[in-house]
Amino acid sequence: MRDDLMTIYLLPLFWMLLGIGGILGVVLGGTAYLTYAERKVLGAIQLRKGPNVVGPFGLLQPMADGLKVMFKETIIPSGANVGLFIAAPVFTFLLALSAWAVIPFDAGLVLANINVGILYLLAISSLGVYAIIIAGWASNSKYALLGGLRSAAQMVSYEVSIGLIIVTVLLQAGTLNLSKIVEAQKDGWYIFSILLPMAVLFFASALAETNRSPFDLPEGESELVGGFNTEYSAMIFAMFFLGEYANMILMSAMMTVLFLGGWLPPLAALGFVPGFVWFAMKIVLCLFVFLWVRGTLPRYRYDQLMRIGWKFFLPLSLLWVVVVATVKMVGEAG
Amino acid sequence: MIAGAMFYVFALVLIASAVAVVSVRQPVNAVLFLILCFFNAAGLFLLLGAEFLAFILLIVYVGAVAVLFLFVVMMLDVQGDAPRPPLKRFLPMSLGVGAVLLVQVVVMAVFWPQAQAVISVATDIENTKALGRVLYTDFIYPFQVSGLVLLTAMIGAIALTQRGSRGTKRQNVQAQLDRRAEDVVSLHHVESGKGIL
Repeated sequence: MRDDLMTIYLLPLFWMLLGIGGILGVVLGGTAYLTYAERKVLGAIQLRKGPNVVGPFGLLQPMADGLKVMFKETIIPSGANVGLFIAAPVFTFLLALSAWAVIPFDAGLVLANINVGILYLLAISSLGVYAIIIAGWASNSKYALLGGLRSAAQMVSYEVSIGLIIVTVLLQAGTLNLSKIVEAQKDGWYIFSILLPMAVLFFASALAETNRSPFDLPEGESELVGGFNTEYSAMIFAMFFLGEYANMILMSAMMTVLFLGGWLPPLAALGFVPGFVWFAMKIVLCLFVFLWVRGTLPRYRYDQLMRIGWKFFLPLSLLWVVVVATVKMVGEAG
Repeated sequence: MIAGAMFYVFALVLIASAVAVVSVRQPVNAVLFLILCFFNAAGLFLLLGAEFLAFILLIVYVGAVAVLFLFVVMMLDVQGDAPRPPLKRFLPMSLGVGAVLLVQVVVMAVFWPQAQAVISVATDIENTKALGRVLYTDFIYPFQVSGLVLLTAMIGAIALTQRGSRGTKRQNVQAQLDRRAEDVVSLHHVESGKGIL
């Protein structure tokens, strides 16, 4: 009886906690250094040096920033709904981290290999809008509310096309399990197939979904002061900030799993390099494009953003669902 | 054992938050409790092995429907301190609606023979596949009809909210992009003391 308790509940629980701890460590470290990478890349694009004072090459800059943010005073505006005001950034951060449970880092290296992994990701990413809309409302500030509403409209719009894009991938792979989607790309990554336009669309939608430039209207500082996070300061602001970066990494991971062949090496001859290294390299590549886009493209106007979402992305992804289904049906019949 | 305990946790939180939805004063809080309800209902689906339904519930109801609720409710200028309308006014009607719903649920639970079968089938083949197989074979006509009903509702909503195009100015993107500097800008030499006609 005692042994049963040990082997059935406690031991798996221990391994699971260890896995969660490992993933959290990697993601949080990645998030911290993504902020550093962003400043370095933007610096390089704008012919500056970027952070270079704290530590060698400025590598300790994230620690210094973290320390600074922790010792700042948290200001809560008068008339704010305190509970929701504090809960919103915590929720953002929580969602950005909990999505990692189903991401396969390597063959078999996944915390929860559930059958509907992609639906889980879609559900988690559709919850992100709440944190922003609630933050905007609970701040008791006009700018924050307007920023929150903009963001809600934007995220809901782009989720529709992300959903359809994912449907095309699912049609091709024939499964909702993320590990099996990666394995289905053994004979060719989906970005080099009929799904190429969907990969481009997915990346653009990911930019909108994570509120990144050129679709960063929810925090359009030139018109809304700071958008939904206008009233946030110190640690609770840092939660939003880090949540946004963790979401960028998450979207890059989804891009990698859905279109870039996950942990698979680009050439069979390079198979001696462990899978998670390939996975990490592909994520870093996607992240670099995120930063590159921010450094080069001007911000969209809000009506243009909505038009491109509903009148271009949505019809095209809908058309592609039909195209992929037809190609697949003809291929199986012939 | 743990699954049984989880059932009670989900069910209790579900009922408690459902009560909170109708009893809290602040409408935004009510919507948030409604979202908590959806979450726990999804948890119950997971316990039944209906993972597909659970996540679709989250994506559709929490990710889309409740966002629109929140959107509308946030725009209302209602604070929690408004006087509560007398209970007596709504009591008869709500009791009636509640009684009808209760009777329907009981009738369905007792007299619907498939309810048991669906659960046991769903656990051995993959959930999504089982659902797709059933929807596109045995229930193809109801499935297509429900699609048509949704399409009708969508067209109806668009038709009802669309205002006439008279008087509205539309932006023509192509016309904007086709504008060239040489067509619209010209350089003039202006003599002092005179303007350009």
